[in-house]
Amino acid sequence: MGKVLMKGNEVIGESAIKAGCHYFFGYPITPQSELVAYMAKRLPEVGGLFLQAESEVSAINMVYGAASAGVRVMTSSSSPGFSLKQEGISFLAAANLPAVIVNIARGGPGLGNIQPAQSDYFQVTKGGGHGDYYTPVLAPSTLQEIVDLTQEAFRIADQYRTPVILLGDGVLGQMMEPVEFKETSEEMHLFEKDWATTGTVGDGPPKTITSLDLNDVSLEERNRKLQEKYETIKDQEVRVESYKMDDAIYGIVAYGTVARIVKSAVDRAREAGMKVGLIRPISLWPFPSSYIRKLSEQLQLNKLLTVEMSAGQMVEDVRLSVEGIVPVHFYGRNGGVIPTVDEIYQEILKLKYGVMV
Amino acid sequence: MKEEIIIAGFGGQGVMSMGQILTYAGMKEGKEVSWLPSYGPEQRGGTANVSVVISDKTVGSPIIDSPSTVIVLNNPSFEKFEPLVKAGGKLFINSDLVTKKSERIDIEVIDIKATSIADKVGNPRVAGSVILGAYIEKTGIITRDSLITALIQVLGVGKNHLISVNEAAFDAGKNILLENV
Amino acid sequence: MKAVFERTSGLIDRETHYCPGCTHGIIHRLVGEVLEELDALEQTVGVASVGCSVLSYHYFNCDMTQAAHGRAPAVATGLKRVLPKERLIFTYQGDGDLASIGMGEIVHAAARGENITVIFVNNAIYGMTGGQMAPTSLLGQKTATTPEGRAAQTQGLPIRVSEMLATLDGASYIERVSTHDVPHVIKAKKAIKKAFQNQKDEKGFSMVEILSTCPTNWGLNPEESMQWVKDEMVPYYPLGVYKDHSYKGDGV
Repeated sequence: MGKVLMKGNEVIGESAIKAGCHYFFGYPITPQSELVAYMAKRLPEVGGLFLQAESEVSAINMVYGAASAGVRVMTSSSSPGFSLKQEGISFLAAANLPAVIVNIARGGPGLGNIQPAQSDYFQVTKGGGHGDYYTPVLAPSTLQEIVDLTQEAFRIADQYRTPVILLGDGVLGQMMEPVEFKETSEEMHLFEKDWATTGTVGDGPPKTITSLDLNDVSLEERNRKLQEKYETIKDQEVRVESYKMDDAIYGIVAYGTVARIVKSAVDRAREAGMKVGLIRPISLWPFPSSYIRKLSEQLQLNKLLTVEMSAGQMVEDVRLSVEGIVPVHFYGRNGGVIPTVDEIYQEILKLKYGVMV
Repeated sequence: MKEEIIIAGFGGQGVMSMGQILTYAGMKEGKEVSWLPSYGPEQRGGTANVSVVISDKTVGSPIIDSPSTVIVLNNPSFEKFEPLVKAGGKLFINSDLVTKKSERIDIEVIDIKATSIADKVGNPRVAGSVILGAYIEKTGIITRDSLITALIQVLGVGKNHLISVNEAAFDAGKNILLENV
Repeated sequence: MKAVFERTSGLIDRETHYCPGCTHGIIHRLVGEVLEELDALEQTVGVASVGCSVLSYHYFNCDMTQAAHGRAPAVATGLKRVLPKERLIFTYQGDGDLASIGMGEIVHAAARGENITVIFVNNAIYGMTGGQMAPTSLLGQKTATTPEGRAAQTQGLPIRVSEMLATLDGASYIERVSTHDVPHVIKAKKAIKKAFQNQKDEKGFSMVEILSTCPTNWGLNPEESMQWVKDEMVPYYPLGVYKDHSYKGDGV
């Protein structure tokens, strides 16, 4: 297959279909609406089903039902709508149901605006809903990476029986870039779902899917198993990229859209002779903590700078990763404002020369 | 080679399509490209703009702070983007619609009466293509053939009948630039 | 000796957690019997809701999924839309779940003509949480959150769900029945059977509202509770068929 030019939201949709997801329950919200429209048009063509729910709450619960039946299923939203899905995501996590949930984040809190933002980081990486749970979070920074990570999201969801979040922002959702779709591997589709509630016909005694356990001891045991699963995911599913870090003494940590802008700023700083590079977490949960820690130690990094489209959220995980061995600075814009290459470049200069006058 | 282009005007002037044509054309030539629209309420009747990057290398930021080229189709866009053109960059103006004049001496300003020219070739709505014709002549960033291929792609099968008038507009844009030199 | 009554294979043989005099047990049995009679147990996936019937997945002898509070119709929609069409999907919801927090889900499932069966148990109170006012609590009814009795000016008026949903073109079959005496229990079973048969026949959204008791939270004994349904609830919630017309089936 050759390269095609598509919008990020549409790339998510096509990638999901290529990953064997034939069911989508959606609700319109800017800036992810193109994904909903794309699925409405495309899914019937592949024999799948698109259904517009009456709310984000309903959409995530339709996902819960479809996931109970053992199919690959997806829903998507943007920040305020994503908040509404949190209850359902907690239920999915507790009931060990696989699903992929897309958040094309926008400026908040509240209704905020429709411009790009990364201020849902806490919400997606720290559980977000009630109870002790996490969801794997994948954060692509290019449209080609969306192709790969959407497929990975379904693989992780099925392998670990967990909801997985694909986190983008308005820029990734709205922009166009050439992408190339690849056929998915056979293994990708080989997950046995003998736990699904599909009617008992032909498969033995009744099955139950529930997140309820009124007995404290058995709920604790259930939660222990959940935590064990999370430990495995932390061990197996960390993804991170570094850029020009080989000889760096300053490291910038950024993800998603911001990582692209930082790359341009790093290039400019390198041209000016500064030894600076980018560390880009791709999985935000599990967070590449030990990678950042080891790199900081090996390179004896002088300073780290975290750049986000938020008031400072991922920076907390960066600080926890290095536990004080490296000072961690922060630069952020929020409310839909995108940091510019020049602003980030100035921040890099500050790392070296201190505060500019 | 790296071109960072912002095209801005009213919604409905074809700003997004102009950006898409350049992006497709760049992709057809094997270049790295990105296309990023302004989106939301401003799409409906207000000013709209699109950022296009065409580069030999992987596109870093698709967001453009200091464009190498700006194409403006109305006064508000002129006010917003004229100051951002980077030194040595180019500013294309549809001077049928933009009354303001640039006083910058560190950029090249190309005034084109694009709507009048488009009217002469048969349809005032192809003013954007007049400017694109002038733009590729001026910068050499992509070939006319690639632009036509991209045009056909962006118009889609439903609008095949508009290919020839847009082609004529590209050529008229190129010619007006040659005449002015 | 000839057996005249047997435990239905539609229910698992275990003690329920329901209070004495609560009619959930009767309604469970009716659903179980209907599924058995339709030879549908293997083809059925039930959706348990939140409330006293949250544990109904312990009792129904078929695959069960447990939904978040009020969301059973959405979960049922997800199941119904992705499983083979022979599968029968039902929700089992109380009045707090269906008519309060889940009003959006039930209205839209009905409006879509979702081909599912809804068993709506209306006992005019929140049972599981300890007897608070439900949207179906009657005027003057004393509950934990209306200690002086439900008053129209502060707590508003009870919702007649069947009448309301019957106004939707998408709803195919809606009937209100009761469980306060044997003749009514027999009628209730007929309605439940029809609601499942409709799904088999792909007629679309079917709901049976079943007036039910809550002796514990009403502060009445089982016998008084049956009487209260008859005397207080039936007059406000008249029994009968509110809709029996398949929008889809008639190709309107």
